[in-house]
Amino acid sequence: MENLNEQDVVLSESGILDAKLQRRSFLQYAGAGAAVVALTAAGCRKDRVNNSMTGVTLDFKDDFGVLNYAYALEQLEAAFYVQVASAPPSGFSAAEKAYFQDIQYHEVAHREFFKNALGTAAIGSLSVDFSSINFTDRTSVLAAAMAFEDLGVGAYNGAGVRLKSTTYLLAAGKIVSVEARHAAYIRDLISNGTFATAPQVSSSTGLDMALAPDVVLAAAGKYIKTKINVINL
Amino acid sequence: MNIVNILEEIEKVDGEIYERLNPRRAAMKDFFNMGKKVALAAMPLALGSVFQKAYGQSTPQAVTDVLNFALALEYLEYNFYNHALAGTPATPIPAGAPLAAITLIRDHELAHVNLLKGALGAAARPAIPYSDTDYTAGGTFPTVFTDYGTFLAVAQGFEDTGVRAYKGQAGVLVGNPVLTTALQIHSVEARHAAHIRAMRTTLSGGTTVYKPWVSLGSAGQANDSGVPQVDAVYAGEDTTVQAGVNIVGINGNTGVTKAAAVECFDEPLDRASVITIANLFLQPGKKLS
Repeated sequence: MENLNEQDVVLSESGILDAKLQRRSFLQYAGAGAAVVALTAAGCRKDRVNNSMTGVTLDFKDDFGVLNYAYALEQLEAAFYVQVASAPPSGFSAAEKAYFQDIQYHEVAHREFFKNALGTAAIGSLSVDFSSINFTDRTSVLAAAMAFEDLGVGAYNGAGVRLKSTTYLLAAGKIVSVEARHAAYIRDLISNGTFATAPQVSSSTGLDMALAPDVVLAAAGKYIKTKINVINL
Repeated sequence: MNIVNILEEIEKVDGEIYERLNPRRAAMKDFFNMGKKVALAAMPLALGSVFQKAYGQSTPQAVTDVLNFALALEYLEYNFYNHALAGTPATPIPAGAPLAAITLIRDHELAHVNLLKGALGAAARPAIPYSDTDYTAGGTFPTVFTDYGTFLAVAQGFEDTGVRAYKGQAGVLVGNPVLTTALQIHSVEARHAAHIRAMRTTLSGGTTVYKPWVSLGSAGQANDSGVPQVDAVYAGEDTTVQAGVNIVGINGNTGVTKAAAVECFDEPLDRASVITIANLFLQPGKKLS
């Protein structure tokens, strides 16, 4: 893949992002052009640029940016479920294994759908970092799955209004309800009855989360090695 | 009605709404924790930025119509669950997890009613009381409130219809801040649907499996609910081409079977089809048009 804005996105010594974040994910945000220039001017340290040379850019100026954002999240989810489905935790029941197979193919289909829909506008493949997940432990896998699904629902809910194309809004709407079904299923596996409980679903408004892309990417960052540059948010 | 009303309605029950509308602050706060803290950032940037632009502008009639349409469906759902819980006699929903789940869902539907009603203000449609409804659907489901299994089967139909109905209105709401709220309701309906499906599986003792997601029926038909009377709820759910992209076996992924392709995208339902379904559960003279 090509890094379109390599010069703009080099991580810096700026106090905005602390070293902890840089070590963990190299994820950074560049929502404001001026801030990006300032970051670049502040310089960078060589020991932190290994991933910065292979980043991807999500440009939210148009629908392609939103679709690539969804594509990035679906890549992450698909990679996670492929790994779970190929070697499920020993604590999984037969039914759980079967449903995680289902979810795996759903997420792979979502990923490939966005890839095809975007065509040459698609970002490259992301490198994932699942070192924080213990894939042999049912509890760890379920916790990660819940985080991915709830985050995915919030991401689509928050991004929908950015889409200008009815076709793509509808496609996103078709996907988000399936993510919500996944989320409900996984939540119930962790604790039956938590399919739609607070704080994910507000008990006073009955509304699910709607999250801004920078919030979502901050949360997803720990699972992504590839640097994601965000512009025109 | 004024678009900003929907925020004011949220504020009534969520005093932190405007604080939540600042996602950047939340983003920094939540940088290292994607669990509970992310919940604080419940509202999207888009809603916040559009808020000021929208203030003082009137809502297009088409959007008001969509919200009233949604409100009617929420009334229908709320009365259904509320009667099961509060009717005399109450539906024999087992105590414990099942009763708690139906209560939670009822409370969500009431919250949706209140949110939409408040947002619409004077433009809100008349309330739909329980007396306007007929959940037996003209005698199709005579035991809907006396047999727990029938109750769950009809509940699944309502939830899956709700998911489809919101999706079907997406085109009217493109770019409108109301869309975000509609999406936030829509995904909750999907969570409800998934759980109701699981409850049905549990009730069968696992002998009949209702996947949390809409799959193909046992004979490959679009309706996977096992209730042929609700075929209309699932018409077209077996679609496998999305935005011109064929999903079955996509890009060499043979694991994406027809069933997987059906499951991984929920389909919309147009307004007329939803109204046809909703009217099955309304008394003569009280039907939607």
